[in-house]
Order: sequence, then C-alpha cells, then structure tokens
Amino acid sequence: MGEIIAEMFSAPVLVRALIVGVLVSLCAALLGVSLVLKRYSMIGDGLSHVGFGALAVATVMNLAPMAVAIPVVILAAFLLLRLSSNGKIKGDAAIALISTSALAIGVMAVSMSSGMNVDINSYLFGSIISVSGGDVVISVILALAVLLMFVFFYTKIFAITFDESFAKATGTNANLYNMLIALLTAVTIVIGMRLMGSMLISSLIIFPALCSMRVFRSFKSVTICSAVISVATFVIGMFISYIADTPCGASIVCVNIVFFVIFFVIGAVMSRSRKA
Amino acid sequence: MALIKTENLTLSYENMTVIKDMSFEVNSGDYLCIVGENGSGKSTLVKALLSLKKPVDGSITFGDGLLRREIGYLPQQTNAQRDFPASVSEVVISGCLNSRGIRPFYSPREREIAAENMERLGITELKKRSYRDLSGGQQQRVLLARALCATKKLLLLDEPVSGLDPMVTAELYELISSINKSGVTVIMVTHDMSAALNYASHVLCMTEDNWFFGSLDDFVASDAAAFMKGGAVRG
Ligand SMILES: Nc1ncnc2c1ncn2[C@@H]1O[C@H](COP(=O)(O)OP(=O)(O)O)[C@@H](O)[C@H]1O
Ligand SMILES: [Mg+2]
Repeated sequence: MGEIIAEMFSAPVLVRALIVGVLVSLCAALLGVSLVLKRYSMIGDGLSHVGFGALAVATVMNLAPMAVAIPVVILAAFLLLRLSSNGKIKGDAAIALISTSALAIGVMAVSMSSGMNVDINSYLFGSIISVSGGDVVISVILALAVLLMFVFFYTKIFAITFDESFAKATGTNANLYNMLIALLTAVTIVIGMRLMGSMLISSLIIFPALCSMRVFRSFKSVTICSAVISVATFVIGMFISYIADTPCGASIVCVNIVFFVIFFVIGAVMSRSRKA
Repeated sequence: MALIKTENLTLSYENMTVIKDMSFEVNSGDYLCIVGENGSGKSTLVKALLSLKKPVDGSITFGDGLLRREIGYLPQQTNAQRDFPASVSEVVISGCLNSRGIRPFYSPREREIAAENMERLGITELKKRSYRDLSGGQQQRVLLARALCATKKLLLLDEPVSGLDPMVTAELYELISSINKSGVTVIMVTHDMSAALNYASHVLCMTEDNWFFGSLDDFVASDAAAFMKGGAVRG
C-alpha cells in the first residue's frame, strides 16, 4: 500500500492530476450544495456539455482549449441562469436544448477534422494525461479564487439559497450572487472536465451534496461534509484507477455511488431512531 | 409623517392590471391587515412595498427614517424551503444580513441580536435543531425571528398562518400582536377575517377590481365588511 502510494507520487502526471483534482473536487462540492438546494443541478450538467463543444472546436481550430472554453462556458452559465429564472422556456427544456446542441457541434467539429489526432474519448470521459503543467497553474489560481469567494460570501450564499425573496427584500443583491455562483460553477466545470470528462464532471457537483444532506441537518455541516466527501472520493477513486487500471473519472463516480449508498443507509437509520 | 404612503399606486403584470390607483397610509405603531380574495393582488402589493416589483404608476414613499432594507419580511412559503438542511440559528441570523456590508462572518453583536429574537419568540431551545424537522408552527416562529433580526420598525407578513392548525394559529396571532404592542408596525396579509377584526388597527380590503382602506371601525361600518362576511373569503 505504502509502496503504491510512493510510486504514485513519483509520477509527475499523477501528482498534477491529484493537485487539480483535489482543488476541483473542493470547489465543486461547495458550489454543489447551493446548486442542488436551489434545484439548479441540471445547470452543471448542461455546462459540461457546452464545455465539451467548446473544447472540441478549440482543439480542431488549433486554439488554446482553456482560453476558448472558459469564456464560452461562462456565457452559457449566464444564459442558462436567465432561462431558468424567467420561465419563458421551461428551465429544464432550455438546458437540454443547449447541452445537446453543444454536444452535436463538438462531435461535428471532431469528425470533420479526421486527419487530426483528437481523442474524443478523453474529452468525454476524461484522462489524467491531458492535465498539463499549464493547467495546473490555471487550476490552482482559479480554485483558490473560488474557495476565497465562497468563504467570503458564505453568509450571502446561504441567504439566497435558503430564501431568495427574503434576501432580496432585505437588500441583498440576489441576482449578483446568483451570477457569481454561475460564474464559479462554469470555471470549476471547465477545469475539472479534462480530468473527469464532460459526461462525468457534474457528478462532482451533485453527489457530495446529496450524500451529506442525507445525514447532516445544518447548512454548515452539510457544506463541510460535502467538501470532505468530495476530496475523499476523488482520492480513493484515483487510487483505484491506478491500481485497477480503470478510467479515472468513472472510478471516482463509482466511489461516489458507494458513498451515496452508505450515507443513504445511515440517514435512514438515523431518522428511524429519531422517530423511535 | 407616515411610515409608508402610497399614492395612486398601479401594479400590473405585462398587460394585466392587478391593482389600480390605490392610496393608503401606514403610521408607526399601526397594525394593518390586508384581506381579500385569492388573486386580488395582496402578494403583489407586498412585493411592491418591498421594492421587488416596480409600480407602473403612482408612488410608494417611506417616512420616519425607514430604509427599504429595514423591513422584516415573512414570505408566503415555498416548497423548496421545507426540506432545507439548515439549523434554526443559521436561519434566524441570516436576517441580520441587511445591516452589514460585505464582511464575511457574523459579528458578536449580530449573534446577540439573533439570540434575543429567538428568546423573544420562545425558540431558544430549538436553536440547534434542523429547520426541516420542525412543525409548521415552529417553522413560522423561526421565520418570524429572522424577520425581526432584519427590522426594528416594520414587519410585513404574507399569510403567516396558512396551513397551521387553529391552536398554533391563535398563538402566532398573539405573538404578532405582542410584537406590534412593543412598537413594531405590522402589515399582515391574511385570509382570516376574524383575525383582522380582532387585532388590526386598520384594514385594507381588496377585491378583483376595487379596494377599501380605513381604520377598523370604518371598515366594520362599511359595505366592504358586509361583502367579505357574505362568504367571499375562502381560506
Ligand atoms: N409572476 C406573475 N406573473 C404574472 N401574473 C402574476 C404573477 N404573480 C401573480 N400574478 C397574477 O396577479 C394576480 C394577483 O396575484 P397575487 O398578488 O399573488 O394575489 P393574492 O396574493 O391576493 O392571492 C393573480 O391574478 C395572479 O394570477
Ligand atoms: Mg398571496
């Protein structure tokens, strides 16, 4: 066991993936609590598809992938937020519309450039090899920004998540904070997508929040527990992926499934003993 | 000067006018009940008073140094909130957000205000409990404590007793009345005509296309009261 861990840490690719992954997991879990409680979890899913489209198009056109994907996904996040909140098109239909469109455009872009060496599989399901040194730097900066903002605006984020109309009525600029959450989510998804794959990245947002909500009953404990679960499942998943030679993203999601079952059972037992 | 004064207030959604040319005044210490049928625009008026909705015409002015963000608001509850994982103290203290800038954490003073209001509403022993495990009446007390954290002057309550049983309803009305007697102005939307008659100092009665405003005595003597008692009010 110790040997395997030492071996993992001696490979730069794995160390990079671990750094980026831990940071992204933290950010995703923190934002996820708010997104899940506001019934916005589908936005995360929609954004990851948009991210796939942007990455694919950028690669085919020989542009820097992150430089294209980040602004595109941020724009999509604002758009989705608007669509979900003004109710002209049903929010969930709007998300499905945008995500399938982005997916199709991405697939078209990749297939038209058949001469190029584009590994569509790694875009869809992630790969640790795709995490470059540059990605690590960008990820660390962005993730720190997300964490700082989350801590700084924690009380406001609680207020608008719990009760947006009260927050607005007492002078909190809820739209601004909603946009901030959308922005941070977009950034987190783009960073995490290389590693987790665009099909799987939204699991990092949803699973930890759902797990901790089964057991914990205050916002603070749910938030902290989500962060812990998220990092733990990421590290365990990476480890399994290394030993069993399975894809990293899928391994992490499978660990999340196991955690969810465990938390579900604990939650059920707790609520039964509370009633008794 | 009046605490709140509306003049020829007109509110509408897209092209449907909900409230037309409404004028009334609320003075410090008043207890105004807003009664009326479903869909008569009570919640819309509340949103306008909170500046969440812009008047199409007319004006709302605040006096007595009342700031817009100093209104304690108890919204008509949404379903999303009912299963929210939050402790009672987290919910109550979030009422203090309006009086602060962008400092990240709550100050000791704000914790004190939250504690005082929990004491005042008799929910101190619930403070570690989760909001979603409370009964409907307890949840309303928590939201009332939160509203009190946001204000010393004006409470705006949108159907605070809907879905509560008669005992709990009576308790909550007594509590609101005692808050009013301690000097907080109360504006309460309710379906419950008897509450208006028991507690209000003033009544604003709304129907589809008309409204009446006056003191409780004026209201009792008016046609509006007869009309409302005639069975137009449904819970
Ligand atoms: N967001 C909205 N968009 C369009 N119409 C609305 C909206 N909210 C309320 N209405 C309409 O405005 C009228 C008044 O609603 P509301 O103020 O909620 O009434 P009340 O609270 O007295 O039951 C109703 O006819 C309702 O259908
Ligand atoms: Mg209403």
